[in-house]
Amino acid sequence: MNEPEAENTLKNPILEMRGIVKQFPGILANDHVDLELYPGEVLSLLGENGAGKSTLMNCLVGLYRPDEGEIYVRGQRVDIHSPKDAAALGIGMIHQNFKLVQTMTVAENIILGIGALPFVPDMDAVSRRIRELSARYSLQVDPQAYIWQLSVGEQQRVEILKLIYRGAEILILDEPTAVLTPQESHELAGVIKVMMAEGKSAIFITHKMEEVMEFSDWVRVLQHGRLVAVKRTAETSPQELARLMVGREVLFRLEKRAGTPGETLLELRDIHAEDDKGLPALRGVSLALHGGEILGIAGVAGNGQRELTEVVTGLRKVRQGRVLVRGEEQTNRSPLTMIKAGISHIPADRIGMGVVGDMAVSDNLVMKGYREAPLVEKGVLRPRRILKYARRLIETFRIATPTPQTRIKFLSGGNIQKAILAREISACEGLLVAAYPSRGLDVGATETVRKMLLEQRDKGMGVLLISEDLEELLTIADQIAVLFEGAVMGVCPAQEADIESLGLMMAGVRQTELASAPAIA
Amino acid sequence: MIALITSVLAITLRAGTSLIYATVGEIYTERSGILNLGLEGMMLLGAVTSFATAYYTGSTWRGLLAALAVGGLLAALHAFISVTMRANQVVSGLSITLFGSGLASFLGQRLGPESNNYYLVGMSGPRFSPLVIPGLSQLPILGALFEQDILTYFLYILLPLSWFYLYKTRNGLDLRAVGENPQTADAMGINVVKTRYLYTILGGMLVGLGGAHLSLAYTPGWTENITGGRGWIVIALVIFAMWNPSRAALGAILFGGINAVQFRLQAAGTTVPAEFLNMLPYLMTIFVLIVMTWWEALSKRIGAPAALGKSYMREEK
Repeated sequence: MNEPEAENTLKNPILEMRGIVKQFPGILANDHVDLELYPGEVLSLLGENGAGKSTLMNCLVGLYRPDEGEIYVRGQRVDIHSPKDAAALGIGMIHQNFKLVQTMTVAENIILGIGALPFVPDMDAVSRRIRELSARYSLQVDPQAYIWQLSVGEQQRVEILKLIYRGAEILILDEPTAVLTPQESHELAGVIKVMMAEGKSAIFITHKMEEVMEFSDWVRVLQHGRLVAVKRTAETSPQELARLMVGREVLFRLEKRAGTPGETLLELRDIHAEDDKGLPALRGVSLALHGGEILGIAGVAGNGQRELTEVVTGLRKVRQGRVLVRGEEQTNRSPLTMIKAGISHIPADRIGMGVVGDMAVSDNLVMKGYREAPLVEKGVLRPRRILKYARRLIETFRIATPTPQTRIKFLSGGNIQKAILAREISACEGLLVAAYPSRGLDVGATETVRKMLLEQRDKGMGVLLISEDLEELLTIADQIAVLFEGAVMGVCPAQEADIESLGLMMAGVRQTELASAPAIA
Repeated sequence: MIALITSVLAITLRAGTSLIYATVGEIYTERSGILNLGLEGMMLLGAVTSFATAYYTGSTWRGLLAALAVGGLLAALHAFISVTMRANQVVSGLSITLFGSGLASFLGQRLGPESNNYYLVGMSGPRFSPLVIPGLSQLPILGALFEQDILTYFLYILLPLSWFYLYKTRNGLDLRAVGENPQTADAMGINVVKTRYLYTILGGMLVGLGGAHLSLAYTPGWTENITGGRGWIVIALVIFAMWNPSRAALGAILFGGINAVQFRLQAAGTTVPAEFLNMLPYLMTIFVLIVMTWWEALSKRIGAPAALGKSYMREEK
């Protein structure tokens, strides 16, 4: 570990963490981690999933209690017991899943838990103050709007305003760009610059190299809970950072052979469907997916992706429109009918919809095949055959599990995902619906998952790939369609797509209007 | 005719008072995310202890204090089981109802005077009598509001106050946040555990008062099962009120009204069997639940606190 911080002797760190240790049952999440943050600067915390970035920050905001270590703020040793203590020290965090109450207004969310307010807060004064701050930092949002009415990008503005309103000097942003369009990320960078110019400082958690380069002054890299490198951003490169983060060289590009699209496997014609609240979620979606093709669906989460996968897998009824599988009418059929029609599903919510956490890995692996011989005979399961079948999948797909009988919830996220892939791919008869298959996985597991999808394509399967990671779509998809507010903004071949026009479509500009759209700086 | 309406309304209000106390109490509890199904037991225990206390001390006010204490204590037990131990709230609530009903019935057979074989049943003690306000009570229809006992009068302050507290104050905002999204509340520096304990106990105290109103004012004295399932009706009333204290009165008056009309009909010697009339409030409960759920689905309004009935734990890993 190197400590090249001699140039900072003039400035005193506003925040210092020394020797932080945090242990969870079975995992050492933080192993003597040090951190320094200087006023007016942005520090990136880089690391794979499970490297301990979020844990470290949760210790800083008082959500977790470190087992060992010391924290200094403005040179003073502090003991942070709760988020309230952290707020009093001027530390505020924007969590990966926003901490917002959906049924309350923006203003109510912003003042939540501020003990210094009068017993009966003057909401007009609060709104006025929010408008002032909005204008100053160009974070446009209506204080009277309810959170559920806002887009994800707007919700993030509320989160930032919340911190500013409380006078936070040290901002912690946990993967803030994961849910944003490229343009919104740029806006965020601008806001951060304004705040840094005012002497505030920020810690930025991410695993995207480009963002480290764009946003930060310093980088600290964590690996398996340990600090492995401290670098000045100007003196490093994405390649070096990736190597430090994973511990080996990483291929940024996968090899992709030219596709040979076959017959039309899935056809959606003018699909209209509603979300759980009964509001329109899909408004006239028409798409076609061929064998030997990966059709990528881009878009900011919450623009109809979930409803789209549910319609295709039979989990949601359409109000209007038709679903055709291999030219056959399959509109509003049950999930079982869709499975029998050859559709496999890798759900976005792996733990909730993909596996039964308290059941064995082997049982989870046969959750599709158990209906048929030889796994079942005359309605009775054959445990030995199931075990044999499961062992074969565990080996083929390299699922790291202590035994096939281990309850699946004890596996890592990457291995749970591999198990789902193993089950769905082995039972796949033509069509694979994959929703965010690499979300939350580390670089290694992501590579594996993407390779598997490409293999399926090369075998002539059709893959409907829903992803919010444009890099992923550009890397492995053949066609990319962009969803915005339940409608397809455009479809284009992956080779011809560029990030900027995809970003514009994700923000609601139709492909046909792209040429006339104003350029984004 | 107007005199008849006025008198039915007055009875309605009297019958509804205990329901309103319990409903407001349960609304506050549920707003913090805790579902307390122990109401029936808590009301019964509140009724028996308040009557016994009033009987021996001669003070209805001490009776009320006893009901507050008993309601708060049982609610604290529920809070301990569901907040601290994070056990299933439905099971805990049902246990409290079974425990409370059993204990109330037991106390009713032990706390009485020796002359009555230690039974409380059949004894008469101090009570809250209606205080007729001269002048105001002479108004047509509205007069019904002014010939009530002191506990009902107190509701005229409690209802607007509890609405104002929930929607207009800082504490009310924090309470709603805890019931909607405890993770967020926690991250915003609100003490989720403290909030849930506080409002579960506060709610329990109001539920206890609801029980006390039965044995000290509405049907003075102690009888077995004096609540007649009111604790369960309140669960439905909370949904009917959509967790808004200002609407608690509406539902309670509707049910109180059914009670009042049913008594009127029975007194008038209707040919409908009494058993059917007695079923009315419970049938109404089912009906209200169906209509409200259906209406909620239609209007896309989700009224229940999103975290209702769910335990919260911070270091989840």
